Amino acid sequence: MSAPGRRGGGDHRRHRRRTPSVVFAVHGLALAVGGAASVWTAVHGVADPAAAAAFGALVVVGEAFRIPEPEGREAAPVAFAGALAYALLAAEAVAVVVAVSAAAVVAGQLRGAPRDAAARRVLTVAFAAATAQPLYGGSGGHPGYAVLLLASTILCDAVLAAVLGTARTGHPFASVLRDELAVLPGVGSAVCAGGVVLAQAEQAAGLWALPVCGVPLLLTQTAFRRHAAIRSTHRETIASLARATEVAGYTPVGHARRVSALSHAMGRELGLGGKALAALEHAALMHDIGQLSLVDPVPGGATSSLDQVERRRIALLGAEVVRRTGAPEEVARIVEGQADPYRDQALAGRIVRTANAYEDLAGSGTAVGRGLQALERLRLDTAHEYDPRVVEALTRVVARAGQ
Amino acid sequence: MLPAAARVYIPVVVVSACGALVTGPREGTPWATAAVLAVLYAAGERTGASLPPVLFAAALLLPPGAAALVAVPGGLLAPVRGEPRPVRRVWHAAQLALATAAAAQVRTAFGDGPFARLPGLLVPALAAVLAFCLFSAALTAGVLVTAERTAPSAAWREALLEPLAPHLTYGLVGLMAAVLWQGPYGAVAAVLALLPTHIARWVVGQARRERAAHQATVRALVQAVEIKDRYTRGHSERVGRASALIAREIGLPPERVEALRLAGILHDIGKLGVPTRVLRKDSPLTPEERRIIELHPGYGHEMVRGIAFLDDARTAILHHHERLDGSGYPYGLAGEAIPSSARLVAVADAFDAMTSTRAYQATRGVDDALGELRRCAGSHFDPLMVQALIRAVRREGWNPAVTADEPESFAPAQARRHARREAPARRTPEPRP
Repeated sequence: MSAPGRRGGGDHRRHRRRTPSVVFAVHGLALAVGGAASVWTAVHGVADPAAAAAFGALVVVGEAFRIPEPEGREAAPVAFAGALAYALLAAEAVAVVVAVSAAAVVAGQLRGAPRDAAARRVLTVAFAAATAQPLYGGSGGHPGYAVLLLASTILCDAVLAAVLGTARTGHPFASVLRDELAVLPGVGSAVCAGGVVLAQAEQAAGLWALPVCGVPLLLTQTAFRRHAAIRSTHRETIASLARATEVAGYTPVGHARRVSALSHAMGRELGLGGKALAALEHAALMHDIGQLSLVDPVPGGATSSLDQVERRRIALLGAEVVRRTGAPEEVARIVEGQADPYRDQALAGRIVRTANAYEDLAGSGTAVGRGLQALERLRLDTAHEYDPRVVEALTRVVARAGQ
Repeated sequence: MLPAAARVYIPVVVVSACGALVTGPREGTPWATAAVLAVLYAAGERTGASLPPVLFAAALLLPPGAAALVAVPGGLLAPVRGEPRPVRRVWHAAQLALATAAAAQVRTAFGDGPFARLPGLLVPALAAVLAFCLFSAALTAGVLVTAERTAPSAAWREALLEPLAPHLTYGLVGLMAAVLWQGPYGAVAAVLALLPTHIARWVVGQARRERAAHQATVRALVQAVEIKDRYTRGHSERVGRASALIAREIGLPPERVEALRLAGILHDIGKLGVPTRVLRKDSPLTPEERRIIELHPGYGHEMVRGIAFLDDARTAILHHHERLDGSGYPYGLAGEAIPSSARLVAVADAFDAMTSTRAYQATRGVDDALGELRRCAGSHFDPLMVQALIRAVRREGWNPAVTADEPESFAPAQARRHARREAPARRTPEPRP
């Protein structure tokens, strides 16, 4: 399971941030490289127009069947593999990719698709072409070389994605990079193998190899798509379950989602990533679910004002519900430990408790004053209720959101 | 104990497979290639991500006898379900060996010349895949009929049509692997060609686990309501089943059928927001309590707002208590103003409420319930939906018991497969009066 509330991930940040200069720099670099490649291709001409058209078509088809909300960050692995394969074979790949990316950005802008992906695509393919041409030389080479080249290209892509992600969200670079690297064994190796095979097959059997290779690769992408669809339906169902307490009047509207988003931001701030972060977010979404077993709603759902025994009972019942939903055991354990003193809790549990208390105190109001008062209250309680380190992370997150 | 027919059939097939292994030309067989392919295939089967393209590559690269040999270790090592295990393993290996040998035979029959390279090579490759599928299907259908007593037509459909499309894809992968194998870099490049398929199968496995997790989440949601409301166990699930039955009967596309199934399962989810005391009250409700209960469709709708997959089936949850004459709630909509998905789920809900046992109400027979639905059609229920339910139940029967089966998938792309796989309840409808 992954981040059930990812859609609401940036919710606590109400203000749209200005595009950071790093992002501008990357976009500018991509534009410059793409422009130079296009000019170069225009001057030198395309060596093999049929190949350019065939690979271009493969990239376009791959882009057309994008994976919505992919698990790995790569939404169009077949397009990526096709572009990389062509980069191994001919330098004009960069120009082809520029053309397709430009079209995708123009088409994508209508739907709000990120320009970051297009910039990354242009830069990584340029990197692959630049390293491949001297080493691999378009005339064929050992597949081992090709694997090495494409693997390093994909690593560079992950680093670039992490740089852009850090610049946009302000999360620590290491944690973002870890997430980017964690998904490489699945989709990354498929892209790498796909790219090498397409290049090798084109050299062995001509352009006929492209459909023969491309069709199974597209079906691989379909498998990823299907997986992504089930994942998002599951995530949405979990969010529905979380909303049950709101509907029943136990918690204020949007409470679970806000605590989850806040916990996510704090978890990132404290260096969590990957599965741990997803479990944290999931548990934060479910932290109040035990209240469904209460006879009367707690006023405002503020469990932090209940007595210890009652809180522990809610936590245990909640964990039971979470276990029944088939959620990972660590999620249930975080929920279970919600009422324990923070020194007995794992980091994720402390984060959820602090985020929950902050939400209870500050409410959904945007008034900065209430938020500051809430922070002050939490700071005063750090002796026994809340982990000072976590409260510090919360302060940073809140401060950034207030900017 | 196996039936007598199977005790003849299986040994005959195994002996023919052994025959295929030992006959045929031996000279010039690339044994190294055969060994590598056999190891690859066995490794795939052993790790649970089977690699059928290896067999197609073998059929294209090797003479029939050697190609059959490639299938044997993997066939023997593959995990099997059900008893008797040794028989099943040997059977599996024999079947794969024969089908692979048939594919290789077809490839050999085309000879070389124009068929040696792409695009000509596509023709024998596809013919080989078809031969593989036909052979394998014939053998499987035989064992289904003799050992498991499946009806021949159903056995044939299950054995041939389901695997055909994926095998055509695997055939392409096998073809590419074979082409690369004959290229300058041999096995290394060919193994790379297999890697994306391996990853795809791994992802499919992940998707299956994810789907199971999703079903567990839905079940937990539904159980919370059923405990609160003292419903008979499985009411929600059965409403989902009946909704899907009607949806299929009126010819909706598979994806909508699945969405309506999920909507049917979740139709009462809003009762989580209604105090248990009110839900469980045995004495007549006060107007105030009635008003509180009538809030549940709205609560439910609010809860599932975020589930994109439900799409417009979401309105079924909001309006499943509306009646055709406008006497329902929450909005008192009438006739066509009620969304069709809500009219559908309303019929399914009423049908299960009548045929299942609740604490305060005796069970009716299926026919009795259908009669009652027909009587209320036009005033409460949409006659179209009632007719569809009656037709479907007459044809497929209805099993009011809680099924031991897992609830069906809600995943869009899985819809079609599930539509086919869902076994009709093996119970005949109650005898008509």
